[in-house]
Amino acid sequence: MFALKALKSIQNVPHSNHSFRILNEFFRSLSLCSPSFQASKPLPKAESKVKCTLIPGDGVGPELCVAVKEVFAAMSVPVEFEELFLSEVNPSMSVPVETVIESIQRNGIALKGILSTPFSSSSGELQTLNMKIRKQLDLYANVVHVKSLPGIQTRHKDLDFITIREQTEGEYSALEHESVPGVIECMKIVTEEKSRRIAKFAFDYATKHGRKKVTAVHKANIMKLSDGLFLKCCEETASLYPQLKFEHMIIDNTCMQMVSHPEKFDVMVMPNLYGNIIDNLASGLAGGAGVVPGASYSSDCVIYEPGARHTFGEAVGKNIANPTAMLLCAAKMLAHVNLPDYSQRLTNALETVIASGKARTRDLGGYASTTDFTRAVISSLAF
Amino acid sequence: MQSFSFQQSKTAQTKRELSKTHHLPPVAKYGGRFVVTMLPGDGIGPEMMGYVKTVFKAGGIPVDFEEVYLDSMHETYEHMDQAIISIKRNGVAIKGNIETRDNSRLFRSRNVELRLQLDLFANVIHCKSQPGVKTRHQNIDIILIRQNTEGEYSCLEHENVKGVVESLKIITKERSERIARYAFEYAKKHNRKKVTAVHKANIMKMSDGLFLNTCKEIAEQYPNITFDNMIIDNCSMQLVSHPNQFDVLLLPNLYGNILTNIACGIVGGPGITSGQNFGERYAVFETGTRNTGKSVAGKNIANPLAMFNASADLLEYIGLDKYSNVLRNSIDKVLNVEKIHTPDLGGSNSTTDVIDFLIDDVKAQTQV
Amino acid sequence: MSKFLRSLASLSRTRIQYRHQSTDVRTVTLIPGDGIGPEISSAVQQIFAAAKVPINWEVVDVTPVKYPDGKFGIPPKAIESVMKNKIGLKGPLATPIGKGHRSLNLEIRKVFSLYANVRPCRSIEGYQTLYDNVDVVTIRENTEGEYSGIEHEIVSGVVQSIKLITEPASRRVAEYAFDYAKNNGRKVVTAVHKANIMRLSDGLFLQCCREVAEKHPEIKYKEMYLDTVCLNMVQDPSNFDVLVMPNLYGDILSDLCAGLVGGLGLTPSGNIGRDGAVFESVHGTAPDIAGQDKANPTALLLSAVMMLRYMQLNTYADKIENACLDVIKEGSHLTADLGGNAKCSEFTNEICSKL
Repeated sequence: MFALKALKSIQNVPHSNHSFRILNEFFRSLSLCSPSFQASKPLPKAESKVKCTLIPGDGVGPELCVAVKEVFAAMSVPVEFEELFLSEVNPSMSVPVETVIESIQRNGIALKGILSTPFSSSSGELQTLNMKIRKQLDLYANVVHVKSLPGIQTRHKDLDFITIREQTEGEYSALEHESVPGVIECMKIVTEEKSRRIAKFAFDYATKHGRKKVTAVHKANIMKLSDGLFLKCCEETASLYPQLKFEHMIIDNTCMQMVSHPEKFDVMVMPNLYGNIIDNLASGLAGGAGVVPGASYSSDCVIYEPGARHTFGEAVGKNIANPTAMLLCAAKMLAHVNLPDYSQRLTNALETVIASGKARTRDLGGYASTTDFTRAVISSLAF
Repeated sequence: MQSFSFQQSKTAQTKRELSKTHHLPPVAKYGGRFVVTMLPGDGIGPEMMGYVKTVFKAGGIPVDFEEVYLDSMHETYEHMDQAIISIKRNGVAIKGNIETRDNSRLFRSRNVELRLQLDLFANVIHCKSQPGVKTRHQNIDIILIRQNTEGEYSCLEHENVKGVVESLKIITKERSERIARYAFEYAKKHNRKKVTAVHKANIMKMSDGLFLNTCKEIAEQYPNITFDNMIIDNCSMQLVSHPNQFDVLLLPNLYGNILTNIACGIVGGPGITSGQNFGERYAVFETGTRNTGKSVAGKNIANPLAMFNASADLLEYIGLDKYSNVLRNSIDKVLNVEKIHTPDLGGSNSTTDVIDFLIDDVKAQTQV
Repeated sequence: MSKFLRSLASLSRTRIQYRHQSTDVRTVTLIPGDGIGPEISSAVQQIFAAAKVPINWEVVDVTPVKYPDGKFGIPPKAIESVMKNKIGLKGPLATPIGKGHRSLNLEIRKVFSLYANVRPCRSIEGYQTLYDNVDVVTIRENTEGEYSGIEHEIVSGVVQSIKLITEPASRRVAEYAFDYAKNNGRKVVTAVHKANIMRLSDGLFLQCCREVAEKHPEIKYKEMYLDTVCLNMVQDPSNFDVLVMPNLYGDILSDLCAGLVGGLGLTPSGNIGRDGAVFESVHGTAPDIAGQDKANPTALLLSAVMMLRYMQLNTYADKIENACLDVIKEGSHLTADLGGNAKCSEFTNEICSKL
């Protein structure tokens, strides 16, 4: 108990990021080697450590990861991070992508910041790092849960819908070539197998989470073959789920409905590019890129990352980024690895802080810094 | 020599086919977590499923259940269709037994219906003596493989003239061949030495005759496994007097029902043994004897181990061997080390005693 | 067929100087369309008559007819009319999803070579939405990109769709965007792209935009990712001015912006081609209320106003636009989609009385 108090007093002194890192080490060493600290915890036994790959990413990613690690340390979450720095814009500091993939395969879970993608890579490759990770791990389903958080000022209230996006084919196949000078062809590939797979994923997800309706988003009126195939697969899969309502909507109409009547939507399933658009649009409705968590699933692993993929490069080092999305990702990750109590505690603390409005970061109209916010979350953790 | 190598390649091929068709990986797996259909059923079913969920949670086993409440209360087919669709989607299910009401003539057994619609042709039960459980016979280790989709259970009955009812028993060459091949492949994979086909071909010369002849044909392709046959009435007697002579039993539907219950009885009653049902694409796991256990429901005395054995089978099937072994270890400790026996095994412990131990033990094993 | 087209082309060349004589009465092709199309078209005709706009309408039908090769397409008469007049106004057309023949909308664009789609979205006073101060113009490349219509099944179950980006088309739309900004007093042009993923194709589009931007130093040029635009648009739409982008993105963003100001019933749209232009209302055909005098003609009317500006009949344009916006602002004669209970004809008469 004494150790805990001492830590809290240390925390109240303002720090730079660097000293936070030291503090973080300190936390970890304490929780590992001090038996008195362990004994005073209300939990009966130390549970086994879950290993998790951590990819801080570019932009404000590393700052947000520090926030996550601090909160985890304060809760003594039995998760051990395997931190790997991966970056396309900083190739000299980056570990090879193979190392990252191997680590995620081994651990089954990862927490990831956003990787920024330059227009042209140094090696002239068409595939970005994000695409490589997704392709090689076959992370085919991206899930973004858009939910209004009380305390965040938005135009629409009580949003609660899920967007599910196919992210291994479609427009993002990186198949481009210049057929004659000045004419570029970019292939969009849609396959029956993958369309069926994402449709089943969406319906299974809806079933598991007690949702009522699945909406397929497409542009089959223009792209009759490719989007037509996607739509057909969704329709066929829907017949296996009689308890769920199924409907389909054209992408442009979806966008329009989303900004005017977002409460109409429940679970949405769509091909790659449309998913990118809807994810961002929906994040915007719920309060911005800083507050919406997302996850990418393969059949074996999950990567948790913010729902709207923005590196927020202009805020690097300014200590102003909002760690909410990253913390929500971490909470979802905890629920996935069967640590639901920790997940709930973290979520509750976050919700308390946001609802109270005491520590609003700049994107939510406040003046709190990232560290202020993190500290507020830690002090709201209920024991 | 040449014929031998031919034989080899042929069996290798069938094995490949089998492994392809009978053990398709379940489809509903996302981010390392599985979705499995759960049909709690009647009687002690819902109670047992609750315990299964608690222990799975305690052990951090990455399985989520999609529950479908299929029970005898509903006469409509709505829940039935839901259950079947759910299993088709998830590929795997764990199931309590569903009571079949015999007062309604139109009401077909939900259990049979499920097996027929999902084409779960093989029912596999492993009966093994537990050293900690007092039974008359020791060291029993029998595999019973039962044809699950035809024979007497074809649900084809009618009254020709008043007072005369005909019930059809169907035996087909195709299905007999499939179950026989399944039995021999199983024996080969699990290093078993002998397969015994059980029949009544002396009386039912055509139907059981077809079954027996088909088994003999298939047996010729497996020269390393001894093949034997036995008449059902004799087999029942032998099973209770000299059970140790049996290794793998290959059974048509009705005889299978009888012998599996006898075999479960001689190794300690319905509370321990689990049963597995396999089809080409789907698998359903349940207790070995398919009883609803209505008489012990809600009294906190039912033995939950059969359902936990079924859970361990399920985990093995979906490839979570680590967790399957954890469960089996814990069950072994309950039976043979700690001897936490419920009344059906002659003990005086309650169901919750067993569950409390399982939770602690599974937790301890899953933590490094 | 080619002979026929060539004769059409020569026909249009002879008439080319005709367009610049703004004092004459000029002929415009009117395609009423399906569903509510005929009602709202006649409303527009009525208002134009009341404002004494020097325009002659030539009404044509574009119900697909069977060509000798067995395919369905626009009747040659309609093509002839637009080619001759160079300016058209079009009501909504129904497109069956996933069926045999190509989308008619798409075909009209191809045949008339309408390369740029312009949609100004402005918050309308009197119709409250959750977003205010929206004043965005989306300019969309309209002939290639994802909607090139090149699709095929490579092997069973695998469909390939080709997105085509060419330098001339990209440059043309970029030039139009800057010209539009200049002529309409706009300050910023933003190119919307996804060049971080589609590095070559969207890269080429960006390249063209940058080159054109250099020729227009008085207009500020920005580049933004499609997803970032979506995110920021719903957070604060007042940050955007003129947006220029490839086909699919434009399709999506233009509808999104329409959603911000209250739906497609209020947003006009214009398609600019090399030697002609078609203005249209982009909402659906609303078959459920067709013929019941309930439809809202605002979108088609505002499109017609855009058309007047294109024809440099700005005084008429301003007069009609003000009358229309005034009626909506007063709020006493609104149609059902705007929360009122007036009929289409009542709304139309009210506008006429303001002129």
